[in-house]
Amino acid sequence: MSPKPGSDSVVLKPLPMRSGRWYSLRLEYDSSRTRSPWWTPVLSVILALLLCAGFIAANGMSPLVVYEKMLRGAFGTSYGFTETMVKAIPLLLCGLGIAVAYRISVWNIGAEGQLTVGAMAATAVTIYFPDLPSFWSIVLMLVFGTAAGALWGLMTAVPRTHFGVNELITSLMLNYVALLALDYVVFGPWKDPKGFNFPGSPVFTAAQSLPVLGSTRLHIGLVFGLVAVLLYYLMIRFTRWGYELRLIGANPTAARYAGIHLKKHIIIVMLISGGLAGIAGMAEVSGVTHKLMQGISPGYGYTAIIVAWLAKLNPLGLIVTSILFGGLIVGGYSVQTIGLPSSISEMLQGAILFFLIAGDMIHRFRIRRSA
Amino acid sequence: MQDPSVEMRGIVKKFGAVTASDQVDFSANAGEIHALLGENGAGKSTVMSMLSGVYRADAGEILIHGQPARIRSPKDAALLGIGMVFQNFRLVQSLTAAENIVLGEKSSFWRGSKWMRNKREEIEALGERFGLKFPVDRPIWQLSVGEQQRVEIVKTLYRGADIIILDEPTSVLTPGEAEQLFATLRVMKQAGKTVIMTTHKMKEVMASSDRISVMRKGKMIAALKTHETDELELARLMVGREIAISRQEREATEGAPLLVVRNLEVAADHGRNALDALSLTVHEGEIVGVAGVAGNGQKELAEVLTGLRTWRTGEIIFDGSPVKTASVRAAIDSGISHVPENRMKSGLAGRLGSVDNLLFKSYRSEEHSRFGFLKAARNRSWSQELVRRFNVKTPELDTPVQQLSGGNQQKLLFAREVSHQPKLMVAVHPTQGLDVGAAAGVHELLMELRGSGSGVLLISEDLDELLQLSDRILVMYSGSIIGESDHEHADREVIGLMMAGIRSVEGSAV
Repeated sequence: MSPKPGSDSVVLKPLPMRSGRWYSLRLEYDSSRTRSPWWTPVLSVILALLLCAGFIAANGMSPLVVYEKMLRGAFGTSYGFTETMVKAIPLLLCGLGIAVAYRISVWNIGAEGQLTVGAMAATAVTIYFPDLPSFWSIVLMLVFGTAAGALWGLMTAVPRTHFGVNELITSLMLNYVALLALDYVVFGPWKDPKGFNFPGSPVFTAAQSLPVLGSTRLHIGLVFGLVAVLLYYLMIRFTRWGYELRLIGANPTAARYAGIHLKKHIIIVMLISGGLAGIAGMAEVSGVTHKLMQGISPGYGYTAIIVAWLAKLNPLGLIVTSILFGGLIVGGYSVQTIGLPSSISEMLQGAILFFLIAGDMIHRFRIRRSA
Repeated sequence: MQDPSVEMRGIVKKFGAVTASDQVDFSANAGEIHALLGENGAGKSTVMSMLSGVYRADAGEILIHGQPARIRSPKDAALLGIGMVFQNFRLVQSLTAAENIVLGEKSSFWRGSKWMRNKREEIEALGERFGLKFPVDRPIWQLSVGEQQRVEIVKTLYRGADIIILDEPTSVLTPGEAEQLFATLRVMKQAGKTVIMTTHKMKEVMASSDRISVMRKGKMIAALKTHETDELELARLMVGREIAISRQEREATEGAPLLVVRNLEVAADHGRNALDALSLTVHEGEIVGVAGVAGNGQKELAEVLTGLRTWRTGEIIFDGSPVKTASVRAAIDSGISHVPENRMKSGLAGRLGSVDNLLFKSYRSEEHSRFGFLKAARNRSWSQELVRRFNVKTPELDTPVQQLSGGNQQKLLFAREVSHQPKLMVAVHPTQGLDVGAAAGVHELLMELRGSGSGVLLISEDLDELLQLSDRILVMYSGSIIGESDHEHADREVIGLMMAGIRSVEGSAV
């Protein structure tokens, strides 16, 4: 007889704790519980805050004071809040791209590189077509940025579909290719002749910059992100394509039996994933830095993985988590004034991911009391 | 009368809401072959898994040789001399038989070639004593399933088991191999071992066992001496009502050839030929059964016909036109439906609800989507209707199908496959893992399909099922059809022999 449907629980070896005379505890592993409940992300954030509180306290600071400072810095003032949103834009776009790929278990960790080539391609427009009118300049930058990111994604997808190369490795390696290519152009051919020999492209003209909200740095890239989220949400829910992704995500073998071409979908998904990261790169150069330079992304592509995972790949959840992480970055800057390094936000990010992944795993175990 | 070597009292085991074992009492004696009989899902394996330490009972006690035993893990069971041969073997594919058998032995740290040679001899001697022959030096993946099972049995004997549990041991064997297994079991019995075997095949039980315990729906129904009972009584106990194994009533049909396969050759995963000059024809309104032991090309045949696998040479003509390339979509669109071997692995997406699972094959059609958008409301009511018509019991339409029972999952799958009036259905082990009631439902559906003029290619290992349903039975062995018999002349023994690869049955017995 096969195990019961839905709960093929298998008893792992008993816990070493033979405590108590009356009962003992044991762990049961239930592989069918692949989805953890909605509150695991919330709990992960809380646990991460508690863990990092320990480190802060060990540094002789009050965790409450530090967290309050971070919260205030990120969300307490209108300047802080718009800065948070500025950081949230690339996280949202990259996170969305990652979520699309992860939905069918294509583990793209190359958003950082895809973002970088997107930024480079957008800059190429400003260098080779410097005198375009504002509208066409922006549109062309957007098209180039998206296409470059998508191409970068394709370079991960095709080896996977045609030669069985693990996409984790190719996408990660291509990040370094992209970053080194960026170094090459900003130190070499695209270096600003009037830049006192500093690496970096010439500063964009107003026509090459994304419109911003009032006197803040918040640019129209936010609209790109929100539109992308909306489109993605609608497509996943209501289209054939979304249905196919759902099937592949739930059971790739069954999807193949239903006549769905997995390879085609991997390629499409990586094009979208890379394209969205490319838009993020374009928005970053055109909306925030206004020139191409080293360190254009402080690791947005990697942070976005946590953002997507924390949102459980849900498009609407992504809006919340990307703002949260944007706040974490800005809050990290603000604690520098009281003598803590801004890397405190990276510590929090890491701790959140740690608890999140642990939570997904632990969720599959149940503690049972046995006679 | 001697004391029982195994005694289980009031054993209860629950999996969530399902009680797999409800106050089960069971006992077996040394020096007997004890059959534990029951339908699929009756709880046989659960009870035996508790005896061998895989599961732990929620309540009840186990006595081994009269002593209360606490069996908390397979290790505890092994220390008590209990060994189990599982349905799916626990062997390391890349190690040799001998290496598998000594695996986990803690006796010596240094294992030189001399040590290994001694062990090999010991294993060979042990195998010979019980009539279990297999090549000890070959890696497991090169052994046949029957040989692998022998390795498993020797493994338990080697570890000193005197209570040996075999879970559905004959399900993977040819009739000839099964005979050999029973001979082995008799030797073990004479050596004073307790042999417990779970099965749902009554013929085997009658032929080989001394005593029989019957389980039904998690309860122990009866314990009988084999020579005091008969198949009819056992059937009655097992299913709770009498079922006669009889051929399904049918009217002769004279359909046109629907599927013609000529000289098909297909490469297997490892480069050899999985299908070798295979030819067959399925007519409209005909159920063609394909008998054969698993691994003789049935899987590949089903995959080729449903577009999942390409073929090397040969031709396939479906519905009058030749099939040129392997394409799942083309197969679906031309009216070939497929009930795959493993529902949950390839037939359904367990995490998704009924609507998504029903749409698998038809979501591209005009009826279910337009301009790339799914017609959500319409698909829902359509699904509701199918669920109702096929009597699928599900709490809600959106309940993940992995939470349904096996029978209901199969009904859902059939609902999907039958809903678009297929011309040909390729059904692989369609009743595997289903209880008698659900299996009867599946048989009815297949007969309905036949009645409506569709062709059915029924690939099954269950001879009873094939005899019951098929208009013609083809026997498949090592990639080709080596025998055919129509339903008037179908003979179990002849088919059984052919399944074991003995072609010349008619005259020249060598």
